[in-house]
Amino acid sequence: MPLRVGEKDFQTRVNKGLDDAFMRGTVRSAQEQLRTRKQASSEELGDWEAWRSLGEEIRTHTLEHLDYYLEQLSDKVAERGGHVYFAKTAEEGNAYVRKVAREQEAKKIVKSKSMVTEEMSLNDALEEDGLEVVETDLGEYILQVDDHDPPSHIVAPSLHKNRAQIKDVFAEKKDYEDSDNANDITRFVRGELREEFLDADIGITGCNFAVAESGSISLVTNEGNADLVTALPKTQISVMSMERIVPTWEELDVMVSLLCRSAVGQKLTSYITTLTGPKGEEEIDGPEDFHLVIVDNGRSDILGTQFQSALHCIRCAACVNVCPVYRHVGGHAYGSIYNGPIGAVLTPLLDGYENNKDLPYASSLCAACTEACPVKIPLHEQLIAHRQIITEKEKLGSMPEKWAMKMFGTGVSAPKLYRLASKQAHRVMSPWTKGSRISNGPGPLKAWTNFRDLPAPASERFRDWFANRRRSEFDE
Amino acid sequence: MKVSLFITCLGDMFYPNAGKATVELLEKFDCTVDFPEQQTCCGQPAFNSGYHSDARKAAKQTIEAFKDAAYVVTPSGSCAAMLHEYSHLLKDEPQWQQEADALSAKSYELTQFLVDVLQVENTGASFHAKATYHTSCHMSRLLQVTRAPQTLLGNVNGLEMVDLSHKHDCCGFGGTFAVKMPEISKEMVDEKVNCIQATEADILIGADAGCLMNIGGRMSREETPVKVMHIAEVLNHTEER
Repeated sequence: MPLRVGEKDFQTRVNKGLDDAFMRGTVRSAQEQLRTRKQASSEELGDWEAWRSLGEEIRTHTLEHLDYYLEQLSDKVAERGGHVYFAKTAEEGNAYVRKVAREQEAKKIVKSKSMVTEEMSLNDALEEDGLEVVETDLGEYILQVDDHDPPSHIVAPSLHKNRAQIKDVFAEKKDYEDSDNANDITRFVRGELREEFLDADIGITGCNFAVAESGSISLVTNEGNADLVTALPKTQISVMSMERIVPTWEELDVMVSLLCRSAVGQKLTSYITTLTGPKGEEEIDGPEDFHLVIVDNGRSDILGTQFQSALHCIRCAACVNVCPVYRHVGGHAYGSIYNGPIGAVLTPLLDGYENNKDLPYASSLCAACTEACPVKIPLHEQLIAHRQIITEKEKLGSMPEKWAMKMFGTGVSAPKLYRLASKQAHRVMSPWTKGSRISNGPGPLKAWTNFRDLPAPASERFRDWFANRRRSEFDE
Repeated sequence: MKVSLFITCLGDMFYPNAGKATVELLEKFDCTVDFPEQQTCCGQPAFNSGYHSDARKAAKQTIEAFKDAAYVVTPSGSCAAMLHEYSHLLKDEPQWQQEADALSAKSYELTQFLVDVLQVENTGASFHAKATYHTSCHMSRLLQVTRAPQTLLGNVNGLEMVDLSHKHDCCGFGGTFAVKMPEISKEMVDEKVNCIQATEADILIGADAGCLMNIGGRMSREETPVKVMHIAEVLNHTEER
């Protein structure tokens, strides 16, 4: 599944989201629940703002010394008998994984959630080679079985589906015959997946954070499937995007604390797994063969720019969970595997502006995302920065808008002209004014008055009142 | 104390009563108020839409207009927050940036000025009504002003304040967002209106003309019987009982 998902244009995707009352209901209740839990669990830590600052500091430091830490990580993995591959592009990353699969004569691969492999379309690449790839996170598994329905949330990929829909998917595709009770469905999937774990030749996981000092990768999960993916198959491949790294275990502790609380409102998740290379001679389980694929895919172009802090992201979806726009349009409207505010920032950076020029505008700039981000990415500011590039550099803004803004610029910097125009507003708008409101405004006002009334411009502006008052004071 | 008013474009044209109340309030607390005629708009529509060269024109005009001001007070949290953006907007022109910093240092949103500078916590207002307060995003998140309006409203004689659920969620205005993404904006304002109705308040109070225009406009369209008032009008309200 590529970075960009869904074929339709932005407005069509938005309308589809707005029309989906069910999805909006589930998103609303998920946001409610996650926000409340996050509030409680972050308060427990004490000074949450101090923790955020620490998180930001760690991410900034790591990114500013990324070459150092990547080299350290790579050396440590190699010392432990693992293989490291740096992939400049998605294609290079896919080619490497395909090569490993060929060398192992693999037939079946089990995976645990990894956004970067979705960004790379790794599954498609492997399936082209005739391999069977099975997603093992419950949410991802549901989507895969449902003809590769795209994820709609960073942490809860199948948030847009309800139990009844999920039951139907399994009934149709997997001959599931039980109820739509969550326990029944989960038990069924567990049975299905158990066989897959035992049969698989290769396990592929993502990586929440790699620890540079020891060459370990860590996985933060709630289902336990990542442990099976890493423990059972003979060959283990972890794919990480190049920025997902911390210097030492001490920073890992901080980042995991921030991640679990921000993502699901838990102090810790059920499983926090760390792996360091292939299994040693005395160890009884773990892979015999370990590969770490470190993917750039456009990220080094972001380093050193005004968007560098977007790479702080730890994929907790805290921004998604507070975003009112996301709540109404849902994840699919963003047309990217990275949705919500961080998706609107990240997608144009990784995929260019041409196909994503609407995303930075899908925000009222309320800054709830910026406030929620545990690593202090100034998301709303970055959305404005994107808009500036779209209008002033890429020239992708509409002509009428450009002219309107030009007129605005002229008007606001010529006070006489401005005063004259604003004085006329009341008279000019009078044909559309009924009582004191305008319900059917002309031209550019239409988008506003389609849904709301506009108050009629006052016949006496504040400045007229003030001037008159001043005059009468002098007269006295 | 000498105070220069920045009434903002929406305030000047659409909500002159909020401006009048602002003047009367400040005068009540011994401020000498002036209104520099050269002021236009803070530039936010262009800034937020990405037209920064046009926004810079507005910024420079505003800086010029308030060059001689001791304090700049504005009855809008959002426009006050925009004044603090100028430094960033003009970062490539050091001379202007310096002026921007000077403006930012002397600029206040009205309630912030009353509480933090004039040390007023009770404006002596009296208003017998049930009301709820809309926390505007830019005022609370960008300007970080949350306590001042609550304190002042809490001290209005006779005013029963009811908490608005989901108060931290945006009303869907977002300046040009409301016209660029009208369908999404409409859903957001509908949700806000539902929360307002659930409070059973008679009055919605806000400190930003933009939000009031959006929420008020939707309530007017839907014939929702809740009156919209600017916080300055409430804090300046007196009545005989």
